[in-house]
Amino acid sequence: MTPLRFLRQPFFWVIVAMTAVFIAWPLATGDVRLRESLVLAAVYIILASNLNLMLGYAGYVNFGSIVFFGLGGYVGVYLISEQHWHPVAAALAAGISVSALALLFGLGILRLRGFYFALSTIGVNEGVRAFVSNFAPWGGASGLYISLDSYQSLGGPRQALWTIYILLVGVMALSLLLSFGIKRSKFGLGLRAIGQNEDAAGVLGVPTPLYKALAYSISAFLPAVAGSFYFFKSAFIQPVDAFDLGFSVEVIVTVMLGGTGTVAGPAIGAFLYEELRGWLLTSPAFSNFQLVIAGALLLAIVIFAPGGVMGWIFRHIPKMRRILE
Amino acid sequence: MTTLLDVENLSLRFGGVRAVQSLTFFVKEREILGLIGPNGAGKSTVFNLIDGIYPPDEGRIAFAGKDITGEKPYRIVRHGIARTHQIVQPLSGMSVLENCMVGACFGFRNQSLSHARETVREVLAVVGLADRVNDSASQLTIAGKKRLELARALCAEPKLLLLDEVLAGLNPAEVERMIEVIRGIRQRGVAILMIEHLMQAIMSLSDRIVVLNTGQKLAEGTPQDVANNKAVIEAYLGDPGMVENGVRPHPGAAP
Repeated sequence: MTPLRFLRQPFFWVIVAMTAVFIAWPLATGDVRLRESLVLAAVYIILASNLNLMLGYAGYVNFGSIVFFGLGGYVGVYLISEQHWHPVAAALAAGISVSALALLFGLGILRLRGFYFALSTIGVNEGVRAFVSNFAPWGGASGLYISLDSYQSLGGPRQALWTIYILLVGVMALSLLLSFGIKRSKFGLGLRAIGQNEDAAGVLGVPTPLYKALAYSISAFLPAVAGSFYFFKSAFIQPVDAFDLGFSVEVIVTVMLGGTGTVAGPAIGAFLYEELRGWLLTSPAFSNFQLVIAGALLLAIVIFAPGGVMGWIFRHIPKMRRILE
Repeated sequence: MTTLLDVENLSLRFGGVRAVQSLTFFVKEREILGLIGPNGAGKSTVFNLIDGIYPPDEGRIAFAGKDITGEKPYRIVRHGIARTHQIVQPLSGMSVLENCMVGACFGFRNQSLSHARETVREVLAVVGLADRVNDSASQLTIAGKKRLELARALCAEPKLLLLDEVLAGLNPAEVERMIEVIRGIRQRGVAILMIEHLMQAIMSLSDRIVVLNTGQKLAEGTPQDVANNKAVIEAYLGDPGMVENGVRPHPGAAP
């Protein structure tokens, strides 16, 4: 698809509009609490949208997708605090290195299928967590901290938080554009064929090992970049937070909630789930209860609405197929 | 006519079972070669060997002069070999158009999406699925799914087409239509290697026939030769006494 034809797609403008709202709303009101809520929503959308490349398109359940986010965070925080890199350069380096590592892992574990693959992705996450917990240059189990000086390159801590917010919203927009571009490409067609029936796809000529490894690697890039920004913003990173398997499961729930294999679905699911989670965490009756809700939600979706929100929309309002992807 | 596919001494074992034993045959350009034999004779296994799903234990497969033995299925298509499956394998969640797009995009010519779309339109008209372009593959009848198998394979623009029982499960009218489609494909210069149990159809379509039994070649020749071959009648077509008593085996009466 040429760039010009991209501009004629209604869905392209949906992404642009959504990004504009994410940036303009908190900036106009100057509301820090709103910004913090939207930052989390953006992170969830980034993780969900990229997980969907594997889960929704290629049909491979990646239970350990959070490892990309955590590793990206570590690479970024290390480069910023210990090597004094600029945060944007550090984030790019995190994206590239984690993506390259994912390609290497992917060529190995993508020989497995079904729940064997799903299990191995948990193994990757746990293995990396164990490694990092014992890796002295990255602070071992106690993690890495960022000094206040590191925020000077973005105009001091207060300004830096806004800048990082806008950068993360940018990564969110890129995630959606990437997902949209892949869905409309020959690569995406091959991935979806793999997701439907991998053997048949191979017989039809889809180079399945290469495509799967590429999808796995690509799905690591933007989450790693986001992880770098996110943990820079948090000012510290430790293995428990960076490689939290529970977070990984929540991201799977968001993708299923919105609708696997669609571009808008993971974003809608992530946004809804993040709002629900925020409400549950702050409501005294339900605090620390959100994983129970997530589990129940996942069960309900799988049983009653396997197509998620997007499946429901497409069934009841078929015209939306022309606007949403 | 030159030889397109050359299979030499092909063997494959599954544990103790010798699925294919020292099988040698060839397919010429623009030829229709029938592959027949009783259930379990190893016909589909031969397809899976040619197609790269199993690497052979022994033997060599050459296509258009190139050795393609042991190459992966997705590499085999690029050489110009496409196939259909005995048990249909539609990409159920995708439309008829998308199913065929996969075939065209990743086939012999490795086409771009826009070029593939043109190929698909042409092929769907030939196969008779033009009015179902946007339907989901899962909505098709069994006859429709067989056509889709054929359409996807044709979209790859192969020089050799492997058809694995495309007529099975079709009603007589559908069989008639499918036979016309297959003849049309050959007219376009595509060689066909086909497995079929429907004797009348394969006898009338094939230029030559290879008979398999327990993984070995039992006979080879024109449909007429094969139908009158005593060993073939005994192993596959039916009661040998029928020929001795002067009764020709009924063409449709495969076991």
